[in-house]
Amino acid sequence: MSGTSTYVPKSALARWFESRLPIVGLVHSSFVAYPTPRNLNYYWAFGAILTFMLGAQIVTGVILAMHYVPSATMAFGSVDHIMRDVDYGWLMRYLHSNGASFFFFAVYIHIFRGLYYGSYKAPREVLWILGVIIYLLMMATAFMGYVLPWGMMSFAGATVITNLFTAIPLVGVSVSHWLWGGYAVGDPTLNRFFALHYLLPFMIVGVVVLHVWALHVAGQNNPDGVEVKNVERDTVAFTPYATIKDVFALSVFLIVYAWFTFFIPLYLQDPDNSTIANPLVTPAHIVPEWYLLPFYAILRAIPNKLVGVIALFAAIALLAFLPWLDTSPVKSAKYRPLYRFFFWIFAVCCVGLGYLGSQEVSDQTTLVARILAVGYFGFLLIVLPLLGLIEKTKPIPASIADAVLVKAAPAE
Amino acid sequence: MHAKAFPPGPGPAANGSGVHLSTLAIENPNRRDFLFLATGAVGAVGAATVVWPLVDQMNPDASTLALASIEVDTSAIAEGQILTVKWRGGPVFIRHRTKKEIDAAVNTPLSELKDPQTDQERVKKPELLIVVGVCTHLGCVPLGHEGPYDGWKCPCHGSIYDTSGRIRSGPAPLNLAVPEYAFLSDTKVKIG
Repeated sequence: MSGTSTYVPKSALARWFESRLPIVGLVHSSFVAYPTPRNLNYYWAFGAILTFMLGAQIVTGVILAMHYVPSATMAFGSVDHIMRDVDYGWLMRYLHSNGASFFFFAVYIHIFRGLYYGSYKAPREVLWILGVIIYLLMMATAFMGYVLPWGMMSFAGATVITNLFTAIPLVGVSVSHWLWGGYAVGDPTLNRFFALHYLLPFMIVGVVVLHVWALHVAGQNNPDGVEVKNVERDTVAFTPYATIKDVFALSVFLIVYAWFTFFIPLYLQDPDNSTIANPLVTPAHIVPEWYLLPFYAILRAIPNKLVGVIALFAAIALLAFLPWLDTSPVKSAKYRPLYRFFFWIFAVCCVGLGYLGSQEVSDQTTLVARILAVGYFGFLLIVLPLLGLIEKTKPIPASIADAVLVKAAPAE
Repeated sequence: MHAKAFPPGPGPAANGSGVHLSTLAIENPNRRDFLFLATGAVGAVGAATVVWPLVDQMNPDASTLALASIEVDTSAIAEGQILTVKWRGGPVFIRHRTKKEIDAAVNTPLSELKDPQTDQERVKKPELLIVVGVCTHLGCVPLGHEGPYDGWKCPCHGSIYDTSGRIRSGPAPLNLAVPEYAFLSDTKVKIG
């Protein structure tokens, strides 16, 4: 869809450079002349927001790494040192810790946008799978980052997550010793987690490049879920139309992010993590960060250890198969009344599981979590395949332009 | 090395006359076949030997292995008290059990247990129970004197252990592990 570049170098120097490395033309065709569907809403701004947040996390993270010490005896103290002694260290740390939450907040909107408008369907399956890989890498990065301050909750989190691997029959315990570099989470674990926490964001950057590449091959989906048929009628140029819209949405997003960072920087942090890690004590009520809570609730809902761990990983892995689990040819939920209904039930299941994951275990929470977990898997494995067969969809517009023009002139 | 069936030089030997060539290549291996196989073999063995150190360096190192045993004086542990000591980076519980706790553990029928083991199999001296203080579910440290059996209760996901450290309910699959230990004297125990 992006086609060949329409970029024409103006100066002799630009012509000389372009004939040797056509990178300006590549950027021009991808982010300036690139045709974007004219009906995109603000949910489509989250790709740009996520790109910005990835960059912001890398910048604040590299700065923090200049002052942080990845050792069991010094990590907690070095975070205090960042907070008290380093110029603007408190700001870098709060931007980074809250940045992780806002990164996940944005990615969840981005993912649910894709679910609602069927962005995972042909020809965007690879684009979607690359997105699931980015999400997995984000979770791994966030988890290891959470271990670095070496507070009580850091230690408990590292212990519980690495112990998931002990559920593997026969080799599980050896695998966990290998991951820890010892017989429990300790100094070697912290050190390697720091190395990987520094590495993984750059792997995310790599997959993001593939993600954007795949996006620009297939073209963007849009709220009506019909493909671009006539570039003249159906699209507008990326710059200035999408650019200014993305920047506006990003500004609003950053205002909220800044509000959290400056006014309630510890709102999302567990107070137990302000106490240094002690391998001989586990806090009375351990919880992961909010963005992992639904998966934690699924793990806790299942009484068998191995099955619980399998369900946890399956809940994430199944997302990659969505393009084939959903059998309906119609993309957008706008034209799928039944799908829209089940989509919202699915969303309620996810939020409900998240809430239950934050609560202490009781018989009632376990029961409700089981019902919601059945809802989660039922949507992906039963509802989606069946809907394609039984649902009566509404007529989809002939083109993006038709959809927009009908809306613009409802009286006709 | 009779290469007479092949065209001379580095030409595409396998492209020419189709059917016979694959059998010819096996019967009359030429220099390229030899180099292909030899390079492949060296490459596979080389990759395996390089990958192993890359993987193995993650395992517990010599300094971690050197800390594999500790000695503890148990004389100060009062009846009913649980002492937590650090062994290999994690907790070990040494519980001086009361008569009531021992009786409760001994009199439990094996049919009630998820991971059946008699109390006698788990102790060397009935009054001193020594177990690794790591929940067999996901590794949290259970809290002593808690739960319906007054043994341990894990704060993370609610696994319940009895006064022998055996799993009674909850998601944990196994009893609290009994570490290798030996009494050096009446009160001194070596763990590990």
